[in-house]
Formats: sequence, structure tokens, C-alpha cells
Amino acid sequence: MTAPKSAVLRTLYDKIWDDHVVHTSEDGTCLLYIDRHLVHEVTSPQAFEGLRMTGRKVRAPEKTIAVPDHNVPTTEGRETHIDNEESRIQVDALDKNAREFGVVYYPVTDIRQGIVHIVGPEQGWTLPGMTVVCGDSHTATHGAFGSLAHGIGTSEVEHVLATQTLIQKKSKNMKVEITGKLLPGVTAKDITLAVIGKTGTAGGTGYVIEYCGEAIRELSMEGRMTVCNMAIEGGARAGLIAPDEKTFAYCMGRPHAPKGAKWEAAVSYWKTLFTDEGAHFDKIITIKGEDIAPVVTWGTSPEDVLPITATVPFAADFQGGKVEAAQRSIDYMGLTPGMKLTDVKVDAVFIGSCTNGRIEDLRAAAGILKGRKLAPGVRGMVVPGSGLVRLQAEEEGLAQIFTDAGFEWRLAGCSMCLGMNPDQLAPGERCAATSNRNFEGRMGRGGRTHLMSPVMAAAAAITGHLTDIRDIMAETA
Amino acid sequence: MDKFTTITGIAAPMPLVNIDTDMIIPKQFLKTIKRSGLGVNLFDEMRYTLDGKEIPDFVLNQPAYRESQIIVAGDNFGCGSSREHAPWALLDFGIRSVISTSFADIFYNNCFKNGILPIILPQDAVGYLMDDAKKGANARITVDLENQTVSASDGKSFAFEVDAFKKHCLLNGLDDIGLTMEKVSAIDTFEKQNAAARPWA
Ligand code: SF4
Repeated sequence: MTAPKSAVLRTLYDKIWDDHVVHTSEDGTCLLYIDRHLVHEVTSPQAFEGLRMTGRKVRAPEKTIAVPDHNVPTTEGRETHIDNEESRIQVDALDKNAREFGVVYYPVTDIRQGIVHIVGPEQGWTLPGMTVVCGDSHTATHGAFGSLAHGIGTSEVEHVLATQTLIQKKSKNMKVEITGKLLPGVTAKDITLAVIGKTGTAGGTGYVIEYCGEAIRELSMEGRMTVCNMAIEGGARAGLIAPDEKTFAYCMGRPHAPKGAKWEAAVSYWKTLFTDEGAHFDKIITIKGEDIAPVVTWGTSPEDVLPITATVPFAADFQGGKVEAAQRSIDYMGLTPGMKLTDVKVDAVFIGSCTNGRIEDLRAAAGILKGRKLAPGVRGMVVPGSGLVRLQAEEEGLAQIFTDAGFEWRLAGCSMCLGMNPDQLAPGERCAATSNRNFEGRMGRGGRTHLMSPVMAAAAAITGHLTDIRDIMAETA
Repeated sequence: MDKFTTITGIAAPMPLVNIDTDMIIPKQFLKTIKRSGLGVNLFDEMRYTLDGKEIPDFVLNQPAYRESQIIVAGDNFGCGSSREHAPWALLDFGIRSVISTSFADIFYNNCFKNGILPIILPQDAVGYLMDDAKKGANARITVDLENQTVSASDGKSFAFEVDAFKKHCLLNGLDDIGLTMEKVSAIDTFEKQNAAARPWA
């Protein structure tokens, strides 16, 4: 039972929800208006085909933004030819659909092309208080702006294309508070992994999470995007952070952000987007910022998180159904229980993805790599999140640092994060990755993924094994 | 979406439990750009050898079952990945109804979005229909959504439950989009108000 008072005290999620309800059915199912619909080549072709078959149009093409990212190669020459026929067909289909239905479109030939979740905020499509959907689970990223953002299935993609609405039942409210300050070497990625390590991959099921607390406030917008990006890995429908001056500053002047009087009106509305003091949360989790260490994942679930100072666990350390799963993970990952995580050797390093493919991530990694080289036998790949991130990194000299260190400097896309394009791990190959999923075979059949922050990935790159970034920082200091 | 009222057709017996969506449509077929055309790859790895030859024993390859419209299956049908390609592949093959003791949640809902009726019946009823299905092409099973019954070829009939709203949609061939389109004036109104209140959005 909620106290009568909380009927008027609303969370940030409640407020955004209320402002988007088009219709409520007797059973509580709502029709929710969608402000921004992001579209990529893998989960959209059938939706467009559906429109064509039924003679329907895209209701709001000016609110629909298409960009190919999952399948596109990240090597030069992709504008003219994609070797994999099926990938090419999907990319071509998006091209045709985008043009035929008249939606906003960033093809591979456009410098603004990139991972859909990086392009949206970069171009100012994502703004506070909006509802944002995409046929992709990491749509949660956009929650960093205080927008309600989540992934949808292909039938729902078609539904949004045709009606600009989504049929939804409301989720419960969860608060995740990170108090105090982060210690040196600890980043947004460590926060989000630590939260999943604590709640488990199903801990957020049925909830929308609002991240708050001093450590979250202190994060840059890019860091906040990293945190929200992985809300889905904790099972949550979406993750949110209330907008503040940093948010407004990030949005101001972006190509599709409002200007002039509209900007003023927008900001005054955005300032109302916070959780009312005393509003009800169904679940609350509090973590002290000081308690978070630089972490890595050891297993094949994003919840398999440990501080880098720990050792590989024994399956028997777990309980219930997790015992078998842990054993399977340890076997798949080719680890020995009891060994120090810092003794785990890596073959590859991947810096990129919608989690950590933004300019600050590249700066952070380059900061560690400057004047250093990849350890012998380790291959490294940097895949910027968008063409603009890539350009900026080149202008700032970061690209040079990466190539001097021996990294491949690629074009923008999802790349190895899901291995749908040719960038894949070989069977048994072990990778320090800044992406978000360490599932079996995710980065290539038999490939082994350890998730971590960009600085931790950079540290692993120069030592050739999982490494505590604080040791490297001590060396540099 | 096609209406679903009554169908009388051949039922393929698949007594396996836990038939997952990976079995229904393996992941190499997700790179398609179509909903249609997946029927030939339905149950691909159970149905064909590595070099693409039909495996004669597999039920849908047997002459009696090549035109099946119904599948009678073991417990927990449709578990695993949420891929909507699974109901697409079933429908494209011609399957309009699946009868089992239970279904995975996402698959169950995905079926209704694609004009397929999943029917949950108790173990003994499923057993009876499974035996009936095993008789081959002459034993036709009738599924009547209006009256919520499944009848075996001997006329023995079993009642099933279905959510009233989902039933209404299937009977009338209403997909979610069609239904939402009925509320288009509410969307129009919302858009107008929104354009005034949040002109930047
Ligand atoms: S970078 Fe990875 S997680 Fe992000 S959208 Fe692409 S494939 Fe998905």
C-alpha cells in the first residue's frame, strides 16, 4: 500500500510516464507516445516490410532516426562494398527503407554514422524528458538524459513506426544510489558493473531504475551514459538519471536541440524532471562510492563481477542453480579457480561499443597508452562509436597514440561487441573489452570476454594480462 | 494479420519437451530482412542434414505431415531466445495453432501478434491429441476459437482457456497496430497538445 501522500509525490519515471500517456485501458495498459524512434538494420527490415504489406506509412518520419551499425564492417571501403552478402542485404534494406519512408538517415557514407546509441545523443535527438525506443536492448543508454528509453521487439518497432506509440504496462520504481566519491582509477563502468554484480542480472526485472547520489552527479554525461547503458544487463526495463546543468550544457547547441525561446522553454520544463522528495520507490539499493574498486568480469554473465584484486572463484562458492552455471563459465573461460585475476593473460583488447565508444572513453584509454606499446602478441582494436568521435579523436591526436601503441584504428560501428560483422574473436581467444556482454560466443564462437573500463582495458593492453589500473597510475605518477 | 476462427487440419505430433526457439529457427537465419520465407528453415537442424538433405524421420518431412497446420507438442514449447523469427517461421510453414501443456511466456505472446493460436491443455488431453495426431493425415483435429474447443478426429472435445482480449483480436484479425489505429484520434489530440506544451520534442 502506498501512503495517500505519495499519490501526488512522483518519481522521475512517474513524471515522464504521465506526460506521455495517450490512452489508458481498463486493465491499466497504456498507449505511450514515443518522442524518438531509433532504427538500425538488424531488427527493422521486417517492420518496414509489414508497413509495406499493409499500406501503412511512418507516422512521424521526422522523429524516426535510422543508422546502420550492427553489421557494418569497420574497415575502409565499406561505402562501396560489404563482403558478407547477408550483412550487405540488411544494410541495403535499411538504405532503401529509410529513403522510401522518408525517415532521418545517416548512411555509412555520412560522417555522423555510428552506433545508434552514440549518434542519438551526439546529434541532439535525445533530450531530457523524452520517450526513446529502439529495436535494441541498449537503448537504456539514453536514460542518462533523464529520458525514458528502452529496447523493443520487431513487432513493436512496426507498431511505433505506424502509430508513434507503444502499448505498455508501467514498471515499478527502483532507486540505485551511489553515495560519496569514487576513488582514483574507478570509473562509470566500474559503477555499473558493480551494481549488476550486486543485484544480479535479474535484479532489475520489472523495474525502471533511477540512478542517483553524489557519485552519479559527479559523472560527466558520457559517464552517465555508460552507467545507464548497462541497466538492461541488470534486467531493468530502463535506467534514468535526473537531468541537471551538466545535461543542459551537453545538449545545448547540438544540431537537433531546440534553440532560442524553445530552448528556454525546454530548460524550464526539464528543471521539473526530478523525483519529488518522499516519492515512493519499490526497491532501493545503496552503494558507497568509496567501496567500488576497479572491476572486471571473470565469467560469461555480466553479473560475474569481481574487483581486479580478487581471485577466480570456485563453483562451489556459489549457491543453487548458479553452481553449475559458474562451473560452465569457468570451463568456457579457461580459468583455474583460485588464480589471481591479474594473472589472466589476454590475447586481444577491444575498445569501443555503445558502452564505452565515446570521446572521453578514448581519451581515458589514450591517456594510459601514450608512449606505451601493446604487449607482444596482443592485438588491439579501437572502434570509435561514431564518425564524429573518430574525427575528433584524430584531431586531438588520440588516433596517433593508439596506432603508435600498435592498435588498429577502425571506422565506427558495433564491431566486435557482437561479432555480426567480420570483427570477431577466434575460438579460445581472450579479450579485454569495454563492451557490455560477455556471453558465450558473443564476440565470436569460442571467444572469451572480460568486461572492464577503458583505462583497465588499456592497462591490460600494455601488460598483456588483466591489470589493476592503479598500479599503472602509480608507475606514471 | 489473418483472422483465426476455426481450423480443421493435420496435426504433427512432436512429443519432445522444451522445444526452444533455437530449434524452431536457428540463429543463422536471423540475418534475413523478411518475416516471410522462414518456413523452409523451420526446425532447420532437426529437419535437414548438414548438406541440406531432408531427414526422412523428422515429422514434417513425412508424407502424412507435410501439410500440417497444427503441432501437438511436449511441455514448455518456445522457450529460449525471444526471437520473433520463431512464430514467423511457424506461420510461414503453415502452422496456425500449437497445442501443449505449457509455453514460454514471450513466445506465447509473440504467437498472438502473428495470428497463431497457442493452446494450453492438461496433460491427459494433450496425450489424447498426441495419440490422435500420430494416426496421420486422415485424423484431422479441429480447433474452434469461438467456442474454445479442440476436437480429436473421433469427435472427443476438450475446452481451453484464452484471454478474452487476445481472443477478440485473433477472431477479428486485429493486430496491435490495427487496434491502436482505432485510437488514432487520441494520438492526434496528444500530438497537438504536445506540440504546444513541448514544441522542441
Ligand atoms: S555496440 Fe554492442 S551492445 Fe551496443 S548497440 Fe552495438 S551491438 Fe548492441
